[in-house]
Amino acid sequence: MANVLTIFRRELSGYFATPIAYVFLIIFALLAGLFTFYVGNLYERGVADLLPFFNYLPWLLLVLVPAISMRLWSEERRAGTIELLMTLPVSTGAAVTGKWLAGVVFVAVALACTLPMWWTVNYLGQPDNGIIAVSYLGALVLAGVYLAIGGCMSALTSNQVIAFVLAVAACFVFVTAGTPIVLDGLRAVLPEAVISAIASLSALTHYDGVTRGVVDLPAVIWAASMTAFWLFATSVMVEMKKGA
Amino acid sequence: MSALLELHGLVKRFQSFTAVNGISLSVPAGEVLGFLGPNGAGKSTTMKMATGFLEPDEGRSLICGIDVMENPAAARANLGYLPEGAPAYGEMPVASFLKFCAAMRGLRGSDADKAIERAVERTELGGVLAQPIETMSKGFKRRVGLAQAILHEPPVLILDEPTDGLDPNQKHQVRELIKEMAQDRAIVISTHILEEVDAVCTRAVIIDRGEIVADGTADELRKLAPGKAASLDDAFRAITMARRSSDAEEVA
Repeated sequence: MANVLTIFRRELSGYFATPIAYVFLIIFALLAGLFTFYVGNLYERGVADLLPFFNYLPWLLLVLVPAISMRLWSEERRAGTIELLMTLPVSTGAAVTGKWLAGVVFVAVALACTLPMWWTVNYLGQPDNGIIAVSYLGALVLAGVYLAIGGCMSALTSNQVIAFVLAVAACFVFVTAGTPIVLDGLRAVLPEAVISAIASLSALTHYDGVTRGVVDLPAVIWAASMTAFWLFATSVMVEMKKGA
Repeated sequence: MSALLELHGLVKRFQSFTAVNGISLSVPAGEVLGFLGPNGAGKSTTMKMATGFLEPDEGRSLICGIDVMENPAAARANLGYLPEGAPAYGEMPVASFLKFCAAMRGLRGSDADKAIERAVERTELGGVLAQPIETMSKGFKRRVGLAQAILHEPPVLILDEPTDGLDPNQKHQVRELIKEMAQDRAIVISTHILEEVDAVCTRAVIIDRGEIVADGTADELRKLAPGKAASLDDAFRAITMARRSSDAEEVA
């Protein structure tokens, strides 16, 4: 457990060791604002809430979270430091968890950069702050799932660009699993029971509920099992690929 | 006293290519074993298996009697390892990097400070503690890797080319450090600098194409070469080239 925190601290300070972190945070905040005010028409709707922001957030995170996760393992393999890390007295699971946690905290900082919008809607009217708080938490959990998927993709390759593209593609599949894009094509070849199983893997189904203030058990189970599965898959991949 | 590092019949295959083919060794405390061989002979692969980083296809490695695959964390706690090329987190300053390694080794507070101070003194890194590792020369990077390996005073040290990239003064200093540390430890160093064997090793093993082809002290190895005033280089060539020509005859 102590080693999880040690790896977490090293990884997090690694994000801030270069200007990339600050560029990322600024771009994230700008894009989030852009989507909310221009694409989401926050003012024109005449409703004091942050739904326009949270509606676009899964798509924004879809592109930006893989940029955070891509270096987690690829860089270790490219630089050879994986050999150092994996001969220290630490389990692969602890290393995977520590790195993932660092990504989650970094995303939390990025989300914190959008807090002025929360203040804005409170200035404009009386939003349901409970729902907004829950939505922020939901967005962070969703980002955690993306990070777990992205970390696994990063463990597959020593090339960060490939890790990024794979992560965007894999996250896209899980975001859209419940939408017609995916389901209509599959309906022709798969029985309905499988179709509804695939639909239940979809991030948006659960996330949309959360942004309306509904945190139900399926959503919690979805997030917990997705995160656990992908972190486990990352451990397996790191073990398999470390010597290559 | 039993050996601190024991390798039993290590085998590693990559697809159809057998990189390491049944290497067994045991290294007791006080011994500095030189691991020699031509490039591609399987030195680094053997070391990676000895540390538990690579899983062997056959055989096992024991560090202080603990199997590195069965109980990796306990085995690694007794191991200091300098991987090939001395990899380190480039963006980190030396001091932060060593602090990270100390924390991973379970060293905290003043224990960590003392361990780092000692390792920094031994590797003469005092002047560059605040410098990011990626901005440093090859020799300094190597010394950072060494400092990391000896931080926790491990009973077993495995060093892959510890003097590569160092100038003659630094080489001398690292050799003195290895000799000093050898007293109650088992140390394995890989090298293709044969003078190193005379300088620090109490025993040397030559491996070629994944197999041990010679094992003995520097003097014993010298006797394997034809001629009276043979050098270690001659012995090395005689041993590794003889196998090539006999292979050629078999093919013919």
